[in-house]
Amino acid sequence: MAETVLELQKIRKQFSDTVVLNGVDLAVKQGEVIVIIGPSGCGKSTLLRCINGLEPIQGGQILFYNERIDTCKDLSLVRQKIGMVFQSYELFPHKTVLENVILAPVKVQRRNKEKVKKEAIELLERMGLGQKINSYPKELSGGQKQRVAIARVLCMHPQVLLFDEVTAALDPEMVHEVLQVILDLAQSGRTMLIVTHEMQFARAIADRICFLENGHILEDTSPKEFFENPKTERAKQFLKTFTYERKQ
Amino acid sequence: MNIEFIQKVLPLYQKAAVLTVEIGALGIVLSILVGLCAALILYDKIPVLRWIVSAYIEISRNTPLLIQLFFFYYGLPKIGIRMEAKLCGLIGLGFLGGSYMAEAFRSGLEAVGQMQAESAYSLGFSKLQTMRYIVLPQALDISFPAFMANIIFLLKETSVFSAISLMDLMFTAKDLIGVYAKTSESLFLLVICYLLILLPISLIGSGIERRLGRHGFGS
Amino acid sequence: MDLGLEVLFKGQNLMRLLGGLGVALQISLISVGFSIPLGILMGLCMTSQNRIGRFSLRFYLEFIRIMPQLVLLFLVFFGTTRAWGWNISGELSAVIVFTLWGTAEMGDLVRGALQSIPKHQYESAYALGMTTVQTFVSIIFPQAVRRLIPLAINLITRMIKTTSLIVMIGVVEVLKVAQQIIESNRMNSPNAAFIVYLFVFVLYFLACFPISLLARYLEKRWR
Repeated sequence: MAETVLELQKIRKQFSDTVVLNGVDLAVKQGEVIVIIGPSGCGKSTLLRCINGLEPIQGGQILFYNERIDTCKDLSLVRQKIGMVFQSYELFPHKTVLENVILAPVKVQRRNKEKVKKEAIELLERMGLGQKINSYPKELSGGQKQRVAIARVLCMHPQVLLFDEVTAALDPEMVHEVLQVILDLAQSGRTMLIVTHEMQFARAIADRICFLENGHILEDTSPKEFFENPKTERAKQFLKTFTYERKQ
Repeated sequence: MNIEFIQKVLPLYQKAAVLTVEIGALGIVLSILVGLCAALILYDKIPVLRWIVSAYIEISRNTPLLIQLFFFYYGLPKIGIRMEAKLCGLIGLGFLGGSYMAEAFRSGLEAVGQMQAESAYSLGFSKLQTMRYIVLPQALDISFPAFMANIIFLLKETSVFSAISLMDLMFTAKDLIGVYAKTSESLFLLVICYLLILLPISLIGSGIERRLGRHGFGS
Repeated sequence: MDLGLEVLFKGQNLMRLLGGLGVALQISLISVGFSIPLGILMGLCMTSQNRIGRFSLRFYLEFIRIMPQLVLLFLVFFGTTRAWGWNISGELSAVIVFTLWGTAEMGDLVRGALQSIPKHQYESAYALGMTTVQTFVSIIFPQAVRRLIPLAINLITRMIKTTSLIVMIGVVEVLKVAQQIIESNRMNSPNAAFIVYLFVFVLYFLACFPISLLARYLEKRWR
């Protein structure tokens, strides 16, 4: 039985009067890939932001290797181990691709710059970005930017990766190149939590699918089970929105 | 125009121009320091201090430098705060320029999206590191055009220094017009001196601006 | 310590100071009154197709902008006497200079406002079958005006602040009146300079601050 890396217990999150997450329980094991899906505004992104400490939670607790991190004073240490990739890439526009990737390892982790550089270049080359290491973000396509963002996170050697709708802002033909990278990461045994609207991809990559609605996890099951035989009425309705039929 | 006269008074203008540039440059440095502190206080919403900074900015931006200088130079000594004219000019320029620079930097800081800071936090950067490596460099680049405009504005504002008996370019010109009645020559030299000071800065500024624009970041 | 607060309220002093501010405000408002229509005209010409026109206006703008306003005042006040033998008053010189300056600044604001309207606004108006005139009248101008008005109001505060310079060419305005009052009271209250200059400072603030607030309010509302 693999070790539990991340455990969420009864997470509650509210913005003033609006309750966004209401008692979310989730345990993530080493090497597991969990895809969180659900309708817009169900709190998927908020959940990832809470794990990364970008949003304070109002109830419950978050454990990382059995240690509480939601009350942790030094969020930096936690965030170095839990990497997050954003929908809008958020590369640093005033830095080149290479500088983007090495900045945090050098400044935050105080690692040797030359070694980090070597590692970053290898990483970027493996992702097909070898030609772009000295380019500025604005010279890249959306798909390239998102791959750089992934490389930037990987270079920190995180133990868990969070992906927040990383293909939602991309042109359709670029979605594939990004998802392929994430798929490769999954195969190399990375522990990941993925929020996405790409159902095909979810099905292909997930070990478990969590269906989140109204701040609750309604279903937590295997992808096969979820897509072929959803238990709740809400999940059935949600899956229907991805198919089209002509009215007779 | 009388070339001989021009040659004769040229050293006077030179001396005056040096004074203008000297106080102008120091005043601008002071403005940048004041402006940066004020902008960071506003950006970080530090309680109490932000109200003081806001009040300072309003007062400074809604009064003319000439009036500020009169108050500092002729008013303040009456309550025991005395300073020599040069220092007064410097402080006056810093007082005025600080608020203009603060506004330039603040709008630059606000133009850097919140998500940029968040993505830095998510990589483990501390608040201070995020400001230093991520937010501030972008903010300064964004505010560069306003920053440059402020520098020109402040150098132009130094023209009122003659009011607190500093022998600057305006003082020299007015003096020569009064004493020798050589109006054309005096005014000609006045315009040339200001062009020599301001034009290169303006040109260099737009040059840098264009370069920033080229490999700038856009969205 | 006696700072001469009573000097402010002695005799006609308060009224004289306000009157002095009135002179400055009058000159600014007259100059703004000329600058706005002339500036609009200039802005329209700056966005026109005529290259020579555009270039000469650009040159005019850059020259006015790079010269300190006080230098411009000196040029007109002292220079015209010399060049053409005119003997124009400080007040008239001020109106001439601030109109020249205000027109340049206003012209650039109008140009900026017109050019800030994105191209697709024109295109979508044409795509709806509107004529050029209709496009300008009902699509472009209303948007440009909303961007322009807060900036034009700001120009008024800049004008008022700049008008303080006219004391340097001998116009009797608030600062001059203040000097006279301080001078005539130097025996009985030698420290009056503090209160009187502070008062002038506050007067200028009270004249400019509400206008700035209005500009900011409109800018926020119309953004």
